[in-house]
Amino acid sequence: MIEAKKIFEAFQKHRDNAIVHVQGTSGYHWNDITTNPNRDINFDDAMGQSTSAVFGLALGLENEKIVHFDTEGALLMNLGVLASIAGKRPKNFVHFLLDNECYATTGGQPVPNAEYIDYAQMAAAAGYSSTYNFTNLEELTTSMEEIMNTEGPVFVAIKINPEIENLPMGLRENHHTRSILQTINDLRKELNIKS
Amino acid sequence: MNEQPAILRPETLLEEFKKIGVTHIITIPDSETNYLYELMEEQDWLDVIPVSREGESMSVALGLNVAGKIPVVLIQNTGMLESGDSIRGMALDTGFPLLMVVGYRGWTRKGKTPDSAATYTEPFLNAFRINYYLVEQNDDGPRISEAYEESVATKKPVVVLIGDEYHGWNR
Repeated sequence: MIEAKKIFEAFQKHRDNAIVHVQGTSGYHWNDITTNPNRDINFDDAMGQSTSAVFGLALGLENEKIVHFDTEGALLMNLGVLASIAGKRPKNFVHFLLDNECYATTGGQPVPNAEYIDYAQMAAAAGYSSTYNFTNLEELTTSMEEIMNTEGPVFVAIKINPEIENLPMGLRENHHTRSILQTINDLRKELNIKS
Repeated sequence: MNEQPAILRPETLLEEFKKIGVTHIITIPDSETNYLYELMEEQDWLDVIPVSREGESMSVALGLNVAGKIPVVLIQNTGMLESGDSIRGMALDTGFPLLMVVGYRGWTRKGKTPDSAATYTEPFLNAFRINYYLVEQNDDGPRISEAYEESVATKKPVVVLIGDEYHGWNR
């Protein structure tokens, strides 16, 4: 199990100009690490649909590297997206999966068959070009450059420590520094795309 | 008496898509749209994106819209009913123009249908406060462009219901 914050630190060194989307409770660390927030986008929503939106972004911005930090709870709710992504083979798409084996945002209840699912194998079977599995930070850090330079779609499953939230929603800290629409508008401005 | 005087040809939809400037069609094919699917695949100006579940289609469309593209969702009403939360979170909440072309399974001009997919289609759209237009023959084609223009003006999804009761889109 790896600390999510360490993963983002390792990724940041190889981010270059990539457009980044993060989700889940562990994703909040990215706000403290990113050095190019105008290239961070937030589709933060329920039922695993952010992954499909990031997939659409990758198809629409073929000349940009698009990186998505997914969670296993979200992926299980939209598992067909693996086939959708593999079917279009976006070369510019890197799909990380931060797997804490639970629904951290609802109190840490386990996801179905939490310990035994091999998500990287699922992605490989769906047709991703390359897949990786990590439980060790050093191995991940060593491989990060290769991951970012590999032709997509790339899938990287990483076991992480859960960061469970138990407070009622109304009492939780709002980790978002910008609204969804603000991140969309900032990215469009950065890329000179008319809305 | 002929209850449906003219058919809806797949070419009519394609012509409307071209007029609008559509760049991507996000779809799950069904038996009634097979010929349209093949026709779309032949067009070099159009990228067809098959997805695994209809709820994905609005989300992929959002990503494409952010990228400056003009996506259209092409699904059946059964899949639309299943996509309620995606329509809410990824289309309505984000406020972008989205044309959704929805096959109206079970639709009948007689007004009475044995198919509950049709029974709940319009109440569903009304519950989400999404405007819709019925297209059932070639002459109705311009409604597709009108629906798109409305979606641009309102920055909301607008639905075109394809009520081709007898012919399907298979010619």
